[in-house]
Amino acid sequence: MSESEMAMLGHGGMLMEGSPYSIPSRKLTMWLFIISDAVTFGAILFAYGYLRVATPDWQTPFNSASIINVATMTFVLITSSLTMLGAVDASKDGDKPKALRFLGCTMVLGLIFAGLHIREWFGLFNQGIKLSSGLFGQAFFSITGLHLLHVLIGVVALAVVARKYSSGSLTPGHVETTGLYWHFVDLVWMFVVPLVYLTNIAR
Amino acid sequence: MSASGKSGNVIAKYLPVYFVLLAIAAIEFFLAYQNFSKAGLVRILLVLAIGSAALGLMYFMHLAHEKRSLFLSLIPATIFVLLMLNMIWSDSIRLLHMRPFAH
Repeated sequence: MSESEMAMLGHGGMLMEGSPYSIPSRKLTMWLFIISDAVTFGAILFAYGYLRVATPDWQTPFNSASIINVATMTFVLITSSLTMLGAVDASKDGDKPKALRFLGCTMVLGLIFAGLHIREWFGLFNQGIKLSSGLFGQAFFSITGLHLLHVLIGVVALAVVARKYSSGSLTPGHVETTGLYWHFVDLVWMFVVPLVYLTNIAR
Repeated sequence: MSASGKSGNVIAKYLPVYFVLLAIAAIEFFLAYQNFSKAGLVRILLVLAIGSAALGLMYFMHLAHEKRSLFLSLIPATIFVLLMLNMIWSDSIRLLHMRPFAH
């Protein structure tokens, strides 16, 4: 069989190189997505910083109640990363019930985070701060909205993976790859909190 | 492999990193209420955020346990791109003084 025939038939094993990083292609793909998404968030946070520095009368609307809410959100999200690690390790150990319990906990924590996030937004709406109410509103809701979208997509992805892992059509490797995404969402929040919330506390 | 005893304490080995991340977050919230200059506060908070992100990346995302070539392929290039974005600051400070066309 010629090389072209083997390629047409879906890459014969003899032609395939080993992974340069010794990881499955799906994991490498997730890493590449994470890097591109990190640069996206980086660019948005830099744009936010640009506006923040160049605007003398920047709004600082976050009172103590908001900061307590954000602290709770941070605690919830970091804890969800811990439960995600539990799911990954339990799935690798072949303990499917435990992995599913951890995945369930992670989803619940993600939903709690989203609920607290939306509560925070409504608090700002009541102060008259909206997406259309100026630079602060546009920057704040763009950054936190994009992050919240990532959290919600993560919850849906976890639900799909949990269901298919439960039925046996997905492997522990899929759980691990989804976990990478979830941890990344947690990492982004570690930059959003200091830059967007803690430097805009009402004095 | 069936369920093993190992899975009984899957979380325990990650608890130290988890508590360090919580501690860093707590320090950030504490510092935000101290009397630092805005620029000083941002610098300190950024250093702490980078520290916690590095911990998450290396231990929660297991990058420390992957082949070094993966780390070297992904992270330096990302840091380089993010560093290049720093060129915007001089322009934003110029805008602050309302001299958009000053040299």
